[in-house]
Amino acid sequence: MTKPVMTASHAVADIPDGASIMIGGFGGAGAPVELVHALLDQGARHLTVINNNAGTGQVGLAALIRDRRVDKIICSYPRTSDSRVFTEAYMSGKVELELVPQGTLIERIRAGGAGIPGFFTPTSVGTPLAKGKQTQTIDGRDCVLETWLKADYALVKADRADPFGNLTYRLSARNFGPNMCMAAACTIVQVRTVVDAGAINPEHVVTPGVYVDRICEIPDPKQEEELVRAQVVYP
Amino acid sequence: MNELSSVALSRKQMAWRAAQDIEDGFYVNLGIGMPTLCSGYVPDGRHVTYQSENGILGVGPSPAVDQEDFDLINASKAPVTLLPGASFVVQADSFAMIRGGHIDLAILGAFQIAPNGDLANWSTGDDGVPAVGGAMDLVAGAKAVRCLTTHVTKSGAPKLVASCAYPLTGLGVVSRIYTDLAVVDVSDGKFILRELVEGLSTDEISAMTDAPLLIAPDLKPLIAPAL
Repeated sequence: MTKPVMTASHAVADIPDGASIMIGGFGGAGAPVELVHALLDQGARHLTVINNNAGTGQVGLAALIRDRRVDKIICSYPRTSDSRVFTEAYMSGKVELELVPQGTLIERIRAGGAGIPGFFTPTSVGTPLAKGKQTQTIDGRDCVLETWLKADYALVKADRADPFGNLTYRLSARNFGPNMCMAAACTIVQVRTVVDAGAINPEHVVTPGVYVDRICEIPDPKQEEELVRAQVVYP
Repeated sequence: MNELSSVALSRKQMAWRAAQDIEDGFYVNLGIGMPTLCSGYVPDGRHVTYQSENGILGVGPSPAVDQEDFDLINASKAPVTLLPGASFVVQADSFAMIRGGHIDLAILGAFQIAPNGDLANWSTGDDGVPAVGGAMDLVAGAKAVRCLTTHVTKSGAPKLVASCAYPLTGLGVVSRIYTDLAVVDVSDGKFILRELVEGLSTDEISAMTDAPLLIAPDLKPLIAPAL
């Protein structure tokens, strides 16, 4: 089945207030800047955002937080070289934080996409992040119960798509994208180029099209880290 | 502390010492900060593969500034290169590699370490925005966890303590500690002094350690080349 190719603003148009949204990327690598800016322009509020970090500088996720569009962030590492926007919002109680170890965060996302409601992991046992969680000893190892994480939407940056939504990624920008594509009810992907059917070798497909709902072609995508270094403020 | 600074190892020398114990064939994850320096000091002839938890196996050295590509970064978000044989993995597989016991060694920084192997290295409890990243997964899953840290804090407080006061990263996980003054093994609930810089007595290092420090019968001098 072919997937619709649309503009970024069309692709995010139906995201409602209160939606949960997975946003791909680790730092600037894989951050879907154009899709996040389209979401900023679109106006949805009271969002729950799932990302490894919590935004840098004054673009992308940081701009969403700055404009008070995000009620809650689920992430592993909300501190970066320039995460002042999140720090300010968090310290003044304007955004809620659910801090999750990085490996647990991605396994919860993977579980969400794979239909596994919960799993036991030794990560965080005996630490403050295990507080209130069910524990069980399995083969002599203490573990905590973690539950799956799903979202209404995923915004992901890939490199190439074919008309069926098969995706490849660029370098380490792959990171959270493939797992997030699986875990959202509606997955919106921005790609540098949409190639002809058959142009992606099936052996090179990282995300098969079954996990993709909408495609945006952004031929010259911005790299978030470069925007931050240039001190760009969006809008 | 003037007297100490004359005998203490530099950051590079500390990384050098930790790197001498990285074995040929190891798959290694180096934590943010000083541990990343270790890859520059592994003895020639040993083939070591570095994993970065954002999804790279086979990380190489930093690129020249005009070769930087921010789509190719390590867990510290710094640009890196790839070595021949490198691969990219999706995030869930990167942590499967870690939790699944496929990484031989993690070298991490530390705020506090206790003789039972408990490690605190992600939060001092009161520093505003908490951030954990992959630290808890690494200590839960790597086959061995060693720490690279100054022996005391900037204000002189011991980092090797009877019991960690800061929030824990993991329980009973650390097996060896490299400091600017000593190499200390963590075994059977005890700190064991293996190597000590020249010019410092065992009484002096014990006074800077807030838990009993057993002296290995074959205690060696901790010597690093000028770097």
